[in-house]
Amino acid sequence: MVTIAAAGAPRSFSSFHTGLAMQQSYDAIIIGGGHNGLTCAAYLAKGGEKNGKSKLKVLVLERREKVGGAAMSEEKFPGFIYSTCSYVCSLLRPEIFRFLDLPRHGLQVIPYDINSAPNPEGEGIIYYNDHDRTRESLRRHSIRDAEAYDEYAMEISRHCRFIKRTLLMTPPDPTQINPFVQNRINPWGHREDLDGLLRIGREFGRLGERHMYDMIRFWSMSVADFLDQYFETPRWKGLAAASSIIGTALGPYSPGTAYVLLHHYMGEVDGQIGAWGFARGGMGSVSKAIAAAAEEAGVEIRVNAEVEKVIVKGGKAVGVALKSGEEVYAKAIVSNADPKRTYLKLVDKGDLDSIDPDIHRYARNYKIRGSSGKLNIALDGLPEFAGLGKEAAYGTIDIGGDFDYIERAFDDYKYGSWSKQPFLDCVIPTTVDPTMAPPGKHFMSVFVQYVPYQLAEGPWTPEMKAQYEKDVLDTIELHAPGFKKLVLHVQCRTPWDIENEVGMTEGNIFHGELTLDQLLFNRPFPGMGQYRGPFDNFYMCGSGTHPGGGVMGAPGANAAREMLKDFKRGVVQ
Amino acid sequence: MSAPRTQPDVVIIGAGHNGLVAAAYLAKAGLKVTVLEAAPQVGGAAVTREFVPGYKVSGVAHLLHALHPTIARDLGLARHGLDLRAQRVATRCLLPGGSSFDAGDAASIAAISRADAEAYPAAMARLTRMAGALAAYALSTPPRPDIARMGWEGKLSLGKFAWAMRRLGRKDMLELTRILTMNVNDLANDYLESEPVRALLCFEGVLGLCLGPRSPSTVFNLLYRLASLGANGQGGFLLPKGGMGSVTHALAKAATAAGATIRTGAAVDHILIESDAAAGVVLSTGEEVRAPHVASNADPQRTALQLIGPRNLDTMFVSRMRHLRMNGSAAKIHLALDGLPEALAKAGGRLVVAPKPDDIERAYDCAKYGRVSDRPALEVTIPSLGDPSLAPAGKHVASIVAQYCPYRLRESSVNEARQQIGARSLAVLEEVAPGLGQRVTAMEVLTPHDLEAQFGMTGGQWHHGEITLDQVLFLRPAGQAQEYRMPVPGVYLCGAGAHPGGNVSGAPGYNAAREILKDVRAQKRVVGAA
Amino acid sequence: MTAYVEHVKPFLRRTPFHERIEALMHGNHWMRWTGHYSPAAFESVQSEYFTIRNGASVYDISPLIKYRIAGRQAAEYVNHLITRDLSKIKPMQAFYTAWCQDDGMLVEEGTIFRFGENDFLLNAAKDQLHWLEQAAYGFEVQIEEASNDLAGLSLQGPQSRDVLRAFGINGIEHLPRFGIIELELNGRWLRIDRAGFTGDLGYELWVRPADALWLWDRLFEVGRDHKIAPIGAQALEIARIEAGFILIDLDYSSALHALRPSNRMSPYELGIGWTVNLNKPGYFVGKRALKREKEQGLSRHVLTGIEIEGRKPAPGSFLYADRAGKRELGLTTSACWSPTLKKNIAYARLPAAYAKPGTEMWIEIWYHKEHKIERSMVRCWAANRMFYDPPRKSA
Repeated sequence: MVTIAAAGAPRSFSSFHTGLAMQQSYDAIIIGGGHNGLTCAAYLAKGGEKNGKSKLKVLVLERREKVGGAAMSEEKFPGFIYSTCSYVCSLLRPEIFRFLDLPRHGLQVIPYDINSAPNPEGEGIIYYNDHDRTRESLRRHSIRDAEAYDEYAMEISRHCRFIKRTLLMTPPDPTQINPFVQNRINPWGHREDLDGLLRIGREFGRLGERHMYDMIRFWSMSVADFLDQYFETPRWKGLAAASSIIGTALGPYSPGTAYVLLHHYMGEVDGQIGAWGFARGGMGSVSKAIAAAAEEAGVEIRVNAEVEKVIVKGGKAVGVALKSGEEVYAKAIVSNADPKRTYLKLVDKGDLDSIDPDIHRYARNYKIRGSSGKLNIALDGLPEFAGLGKEAAYGTIDIGGDFDYIERAFDDYKYGSWSKQPFLDCVIPTTVDPTMAPPGKHFMSVFVQYVPYQLAEGPWTPEMKAQYEKDVLDTIELHAPGFKKLVLHVQCRTPWDIENEVGMTEGNIFHGELTLDQLLFNRPFPGMGQYRGPFDNFYMCGSGTHPGGGVMGAPGANAAREMLKDFKRGVVQ
Repeated sequence: MSAPRTQPDVVIIGAGHNGLVAAAYLAKAGLKVTVLEAAPQVGGAAVTREFVPGYKVSGVAHLLHALHPTIARDLGLARHGLDLRAQRVATRCLLPGGSSFDAGDAASIAAISRADAEAYPAAMARLTRMAGALAAYALSTPPRPDIARMGWEGKLSLGKFAWAMRRLGRKDMLELTRILTMNVNDLANDYLESEPVRALLCFEGVLGLCLGPRSPSTVFNLLYRLASLGANGQGGFLLPKGGMGSVTHALAKAATAAGATIRTGAAVDHILIESDAAAGVVLSTGEEVRAPHVASNADPQRTALQLIGPRNLDTMFVSRMRHLRMNGSAAKIHLALDGLPEALAKAGGRLVVAPKPDDIERAYDCAKYGRVSDRPALEVTIPSLGDPSLAPAGKHVASIVAQYCPYRLRESSVNEARQQIGARSLAVLEEVAPGLGQRVTAMEVLTPHDLEAQFGMTGGQWHHGEITLDQVLFLRPAGQAQEYRMPVPGVYLCGAGAHPGGNVSGAPGYNAAREILKDVRAQKRVVGAA
Repeated sequence: MTAYVEHVKPFLRRTPFHERIEALMHGNHWMRWTGHYSPAAFESVQSEYFTIRNGASVYDISPLIKYRIAGRQAAEYVNHLITRDLSKIKPMQAFYTAWCQDDGMLVEEGTIFRFGENDFLLNAAKDQLHWLEQAAYGFEVQIEEASNDLAGLSLQGPQSRDVLRAFGINGIEHLPRFGIIELELNGRWLRIDRAGFTGDLGYELWVRPADALWLWDRLFEVGRDHKIAPIGAQALEIARIEAGFILIDLDYSSALHALRPSNRMSPYELGIGWTVNLNKPGYFVGKRALKREKEQGLSRHVLTGIEIEGRKPAPGSFLYADRAGKRELGLTTSACWSPTLKKNIAYARLPAAYAKPGTEMWIEIWYHKEHKIERSMVRCWAANRMFYDPPRKSA
């Protein structure tokens, strides 16, 4: 289902919104039809209903010819459906699944339970969701690691249990707790902030003293230090560290990486923490389903409608100007774009400075380094990985090595080059999902860490890109002999390409790094962590807000909740 | 002075600056205190030693900045011979090609970058202000995170801390929450423009850590260091007359004057534990010194694993102590010079040689893989310029901190590393001060391994555990050993391995003394009641 | 499933006795035990249970996790690790003990066998090499996993001694409870210890894996006249509950693996406080915390036995002080109908005040009744957890 403007035209609720009239007005306009923008739109439309008031009129404006943003399925090679950007799913909250009734709109997530690391020099490592099986597998390398895995999983689960409760919550801002000072951004803020903080405090108190210490330490540790406490096999540690560097411009020895590990573990499929799955039909099915739910709720979606500027009048966001010259007005404007794009491109600097000149500085300093590339490959058959059986292809294949391997890959990146021997996170969704390639053929998604947005010598050139593609394919070939012969087609993308295609600044998959200084009430900027922008009636709903990136939908849902509160209170006029 | 035959109330292991501070406070409170020091002289890592005949230099620490003014005042250190007014020094960055700038002088920075001439002092003032708010905790016991188990003192200090935060104002408070966990390279990019000035900030952020400017948590180290440059320290760098030994000498005098007994050449082998509680210490000679309270100025790892011993401790605690991050990263180099090259002729202050942030990062990359930096970053002082007594007439000594020389070496032996860091540091120095090499008549290089062997600091880590977010406040040294008490009743930690941490501040000793006193008084009340 | 078939391959291990067990396994009722195939029941749980109490039952205990602990300071190490006083056992003796984490919470309980002054074997239900090695810091000791080095059968029941006599073990009647003997039989090495999980007269027999089938065949050959029969875990479970033994992951979670801090339990709370010797010389892991718990009465509850009115087994049932169910007391863990005692028994976590035998309480039981779930609130009484303790166990 491709949404086009005409198809997105209103159905039952308003007959005069024909999609092209100049002076039309909406309750909310969402800039960007990524999964969070769509989630926010659907929640607004459905939530407005629940409030008993008249239904909110919501418009989603998407620059490209179809919605989905980075959760997109596209046929780039005949017969093959590529999940062009994001490629696995687990973070999408079950609450959102239920509320938007996504299964009815065609979304199905199929879990897989294998995670493996090939080894050209010997036996690879396979990890399964089944404990006994993992034990048998790891025992071939180290019985200690097999059993330490239990303890390790418990610690991770404890952290996840704690953090999960904060996901669908507006992060409380500790600096707002002052009963004497009215808070302009969120006039009701302090009471909620206090409640929120107390709630987190109570959760924290329940952990027991020992686990409190573990948790506090965990937040600031490097993943290398963290894993060294448990494991001894270098390759297994490298495999376990993978989650902590994916999409992150940090190496395994950098403090703070342990938290990113958690960010990838807190997903769940059917209550199994840390499990990942493929969306049937590629990641585009996620956005398609959310878009369908949104449209059913009455949301209007317009594609090929690029927003040029947010129109601000007297410190209030009142509408948007499209590239076509058209202006659309609404009571509330929501940006699904990343914070940097929002505040440096969509919003006028003069408007920002009239509120607070610091915001521009925050936006400039916002850390959103692109560090990952992507190769989408059509394969003639299933590759076999060195040191692993055929089964490895049925899950995530992490091509890398020990900490040093990954750190060296990071060193290349640090000084402005792609990793000559990159760390690769590969999946072959067609082993599970028969709809994405012709029978017997396969689609392989290769996530490349690390690739810079720009090279030290300057922008990417076609030759450089070809060399980068070759380096990646060579690395795969080394870990899967005979791989290159199977390749039918390669779509190679650098962070620069991703930015141009999807619009995410520097192609950063999380809309901003998940380091502690950019989390919770500091995400995206200090003091703006509650989905409200600096202007009245201006909101953020993308991954650049709490709880952050991944196809999770939580930022969109949280932003909608905050907006509905404001609608109800009459703050939005 | 207490009679030697009677049993002391408290035995302190190690006469480093913190041990001496604790001893002085406890003695002042009327307790019988015995300090046992393995070395023939007091001072621990803050000593003045003759490394070649006629040439004297501060052993490990070579600049004083953190000594807490409250402690200096309480103990009357000025009376005991410490002159804190003398020798206040500025920081000068030496750049390749002979140019340099003075970090304290805006006009000098302007020669490098006009924008930074304004931005650098402003940034430092702001960072120091924020650091000062954090340092409200320096002289108190960090409260436990568990509010339910927190005493009124903890709540009070938490309140004080909240107040200090509030006073920063919302802007600074938000900025502090943002930068607290960041890496110093990003911070430098946020605040500053020119490479040499950014490099200076980066250098301040990584000094004493085995991390590079791009490693998160380095801003915290920067703030920790800056805290001592504000009201909680000396407000700047000092080169004490007579070297760092003069500080500990004054402390020793203060302690002795208060009634503490100091025994040098008395190496403690282990802590005597009877009925699962401290009963005193056993010296390496076999002599027993009995006391109900034992405070260790040794680092936490050494205290737990060697002095107490794993057999008297629980498994997870032992494991935590073993995994403390105490990777020494810096070597100490001492040069005997028969003269100074022109570039250094008037360099009486603190010199920093780290021209680019990436230089420091690359230096760290080497350390990451267990190698000595190809081009180390240096902090240099030439104390003989201000204090001619340290070297023969007309000659000079230079004291250099060279980073990185990792404790965990992978490819080279300690001897190779010693030779490498020495030669490479001289090469770097030669670029900014041509002709220096020919002036060197003798050189001493102390790698982290040497520091460990000579000063007893595990891993050669001079902070007794790196200052990173997971090793501070109630996590220093570990959740199970808070409030200066080790798990074994009667054993205390009074060194830099306890809150607030390293540098010659005396704060851990001060805080430990307060906690010990609490326990002694509680016990006396019980005994008195009985 | 077809898409997956090519990569599905068996990963459960077979014990050395697998061939014989599989031949008898008519109901195909397997379960997993530390990654091995293990019989849950052969055919009739009832007849298997009565083999334990009436004849000689055979249960394959090869999957038990075993650690070999040796070295110059092995004895000191073990004494530091466990809560009981190791000096109470001499070489060729064993005992049951607990071992704890720093805060006195139970890591596991199991049997430790002493073969020499500094030569031990620790039987455990869960992997814990990682923990044992952490605890070994500072001791000159070698610890290795030896789970696959031995094949073992548990021979339990009143006739087990007769079977062994017929097997040719002379003087077996002199082997005291928790005693160990090693001998050669038909040129094969054999170790016998007198321990078990049934609370009955019983032995454990260990051989090298290569001799496993020989042991099985010989035992069944000589045991035919002594009511020998193989049993599965379900029959053993009933005997275990009658005997008062606790089981990991059912009655408690190991402190190493508990997700919620409240699920971690101390030996006192599990009713095995008798294994904690606070007066033994030297420090042991968790001593400070356990001492504090005992002195300050910090135990949250105690796992005690209860006898329940009626005959509906009551696992996971809530206990109340009053019939109306207003005051909740605790929860049952293990529970079964005891075929020997003709009693409905269970273990329950109760406040210490209610643990005195005979204390009357109410229990809420939900049970299946023809595809429906029904509730009943009945009386129950605290009891000694060792419900069944025949004299022959230690005779």
